[in-house]
Amino acid sequence: MPQHDVLVIGAGLAGQRAALAAAEAGASVGIISKVHPVRSHSNAAQGGINAALDPQDSWESHAFDTVKGSDYLGDQDAIEIMCREAPSELLTLEHLGVTFHRDERGRLGKRAFGGASAARTYYVADITGQAILHVLYEQLMKHEEVTRYEEWFSTALAQDDDGRIAGVVTRNIRDGAMELFAAKAVILATGGNGQIYDPTTNALICTGDGIAMAYRVGAPLMDMEMIQYHPTTLAGLGLLITEGARGEGAHLYNAQGERFMEKYAPNKMELASRDVVSRAEQTEINEGRGFPDGTVALDITVVPRKRIHEALREIVNVGRDFAGVDITREPIHIKPGNHYVMGGVHTDIHGQTPIPGLYAAGECACVSVHGGNRLGANSLLDTLVFGRRSGEHAAEAVKGMGMPDPSGSSLQDEERTIRSIVERDGTGRRVSELKAELGQTMDKYVAVFRDEDGLNTALEVVRRLKEEAKNVAIDDKGTVFNQDVLGALELQFMIDNAEAIVISAIERKESRGAQYRTDYPDRNDDEWLKHINVSANGAEPELSYSPVTMTQWEPQERTY
Amino acid sequence: MADTQTFQLKIRRYDPESGAPAYWADYDVELPPERSVLDGILQVKDREDASIAIRCSCRAAICGSCGVRINGRSALACNTRIGDAAAGGRDGFVTVEPMGNMPVIKDLVSDMEAVHWKKVRRVVPWLVPAEDPPEGQEYIVPAEAMLDVTQAMACIHCGVCVSACLSMEVDPDFVGPAALAKAYRFVGDPRDGEEEARLRDLAEDPHGIYDCTHCFACVEVCPKDVAPMNQIMRLRRRATNDFGIKDENNGYGHEKAFVTLIEKYGTLHEAQLLPRSFGDGSLVKGQLKPSGAKQLTRELPTAFRGLKSGKVTPRKALLHEKLPDQKQVRKIFHEIESHDERIELNLYIVGELGEDEETA
Repeated sequence: MPQHDVLVIGAGLAGQRAALAAAEAGASVGIISKVHPVRSHSNAAQGGINAALDPQDSWESHAFDTVKGSDYLGDQDAIEIMCREAPSELLTLEHLGVTFHRDERGRLGKRAFGGASAARTYYVADITGQAILHVLYEQLMKHEEVTRYEEWFSTALAQDDDGRIAGVVTRNIRDGAMELFAAKAVILATGGNGQIYDPTTNALICTGDGIAMAYRVGAPLMDMEMIQYHPTTLAGLGLLITEGARGEGAHLYNAQGERFMEKYAPNKMELASRDVVSRAEQTEINEGRGFPDGTVALDITVVPRKRIHEALREIVNVGRDFAGVDITREPIHIKPGNHYVMGGVHTDIHGQTPIPGLYAAGECACVSVHGGNRLGANSLLDTLVFGRRSGEHAAEAVKGMGMPDPSGSSLQDEERTIRSIVERDGTGRRVSELKAELGQTMDKYVAVFRDEDGLNTALEVVRRLKEEAKNVAIDDKGTVFNQDVLGALELQFMIDNAEAIVISAIERKESRGAQYRTDYPDRNDDEWLKHINVSANGAEPELSYSPVTMTQWEPQERTY
Repeated sequence: MADTQTFQLKIRRYDPESGAPAYWADYDVELPPERSVLDGILQVKDREDASIAIRCSCRAAICGSCGVRINGRSALACNTRIGDAAAGGRDGFVTVEPMGNMPVIKDLVSDMEAVHWKKVRRVVPWLVPAEDPPEGQEYIVPAEAMLDVTQAMACIHCGVCVSACLSMEVDPDFVGPAALAKAYRFVGDPRDGEEEARLRDLAEDPHGIYDCTHCFACVEVCPKDVAPMNQIMRLRRRATNDFGIKDENNGYGHEKAFVTLIEKYGTLHEAQLLPRSFGDGSLVKGQLKPSGAKQLTRELPTAFRGLKSGKVTPRKALLHEKLPDQKQVRKIFHEIESHDERIELNLYIVGELGEDEETA
């Protein structure tokens, strides 16, 4: 049985940062990922990372923008920590080798981003996430004390007799071997769950595995109703066009040629926060002022060509390869699309969940720094700051602790589950059919605009799919790279995520951040300035509330 | 969006557990032609046979998972349009097989670890800072230098160039295009303190920077415009120009000889090629230098073969004809030499070739 002081599941930015921090704090570290670490979805973060590094800027300003962006649902103690630690985190990355853009004096250069009162987004062209991910992986290759388990699929958390998290059950994708890992602490860094939507900007691997694994051992999921729709995604495919485009000056137009953001956010225009811009676009489309393909136009041609080459090269490629559009010459059609889950496994400011021995960081976690709506370029920051804090805290907390004894039955349970999937006869529906139905249902009823009827319909579908998922048909009976079996397991993870989202969205009877209820169109601070938590209590999910932590910013009306 | 059409996929299947050799399997898919080959493969998996193995994740040429060979050409399945692939395929089939130069694990899944990642680790793939980081602030470095290495940083490690690399086919130990591009990312980074040691290491390794045959295959197939071969050439130029590192294979001298001859005559002067190659481009140096003379003697059989085949004749050797308008060639040389070669190839700085003229 492989044993580590700290075991990290997921090797995107949060996971790799946690692993490095734990190793530097002296822990023996294992990092497990179902894909090779550089395939992680952190790659897709194009625009940059926020930090109030400029002496003209202040962490308080960054924190206030984040609080306001969150529609006052973010916990202000956590937001303060994130914004205070942002400059030193950014410098750490620079010192490790990230090739951040420079200004003419050779200092770090920055760009404007949505919802921010100052330009404080630091970047590498429009491949910022990729650049940071690859540099962290360079460091992982350098740190020999970190053991990498690449292409191992985690199926369940393992507990000891006292209920403490003591390890994880994992399948080696390459040969199908099941293995129980023991660890004194487990950090979940498995990313988001966008694949429960269709379309989505999220990669195929974003199936909410860690969120579901934590939920199944009783960890509460917080703010799950808060699902971000990104304002600029390609119709149909759902691929992302970075907010950096608008940060560099691109405009939005409806089919009548109107720069419609004048109506919705006269001050910040295209750089209002994402929930505001997405709602504006959807309103234009719903009221018949969009293009026939259900889109509006993003005009990047106003950005100087030289600037596009050095700062927006990736989306030139995306436009050319996936939409057949040269964005340097003509506008590109875009629409709001599923992008990010603000909610996740509830943690404190050290990344600890209420389950002993279990941590979470990054998109799968909810500290909560994003509340009802995440600001662009705050996600990379969240993964790095709270990834590091989790790694440091876990390494410290397990010092002097003996290796716990994970229950062997968890391994047998998982082996039995997988055997039953592989051996079943192919009478059920296909994984792909269930996934498609789930994705379309979520995108129809749990999107930019929601109402009680639609949400109830979604819940019915999700619960039916939950039953059907227990009997999906499987083609692949083998052990080597059996992606079919993994797909069946992911589907169940996804459905757990979807159920938590829909239940929370039904519960919140107001409009705040990404949750806009047409039947409750106003924000209602008196009754709903609080987090909604969902926990698995036996078979039935159980709802509870927790207060929003306020430090220095009272809720105000939110205009941009 | 255009109408859906039927496309025929021919996929190379291999199941290591079956004991059977690899085989081709045909599938029909229904897709608009502008959708990707990956969409086609996923449709087969979704509707017909979920046991087909292929790594894939982002669908947007960002994660680098889905490198394969389509109609024999190495590419990402996600940014190859199925309509284009069908038009270029034999009998209308789109053939998809695993990448080259790497062992196959199952179906379209290659063993990247056994080849690509091993080679990446060979080049000391992390920053070795020249000095301790400045307290409380970033390293100050020229903006152009950061943009310059961004092109290599754009590499997504998909392995497509490794798959297409002809040198690696001949010499599996060749460090290869992706790993060497990664090496340039550090050599070109002003914060790194090991520039000379890195260059010396990769120049002296017989499988290093001079093992590349300059065939352009990697440049052609790279889905991210990293142009790995260009990065290798920049490593060579830095090694020679900045540190005077000797290339034991005379690759540098050979290249220099070509350039000098074309500048002088406009055409290749075969009889002078070898002597100039051994003299770093100079005819006299190549024949007088003891090492040059020794190597020339060793190459005598080559000269005899040339004489025998008529490729070189005494007459041609003495009276080589210049191009009628050699001035034009000189003008091209002058134009190229007026640029700063270090950054001229970088797409993050100049954009696609020829764009400026179009907009001017």
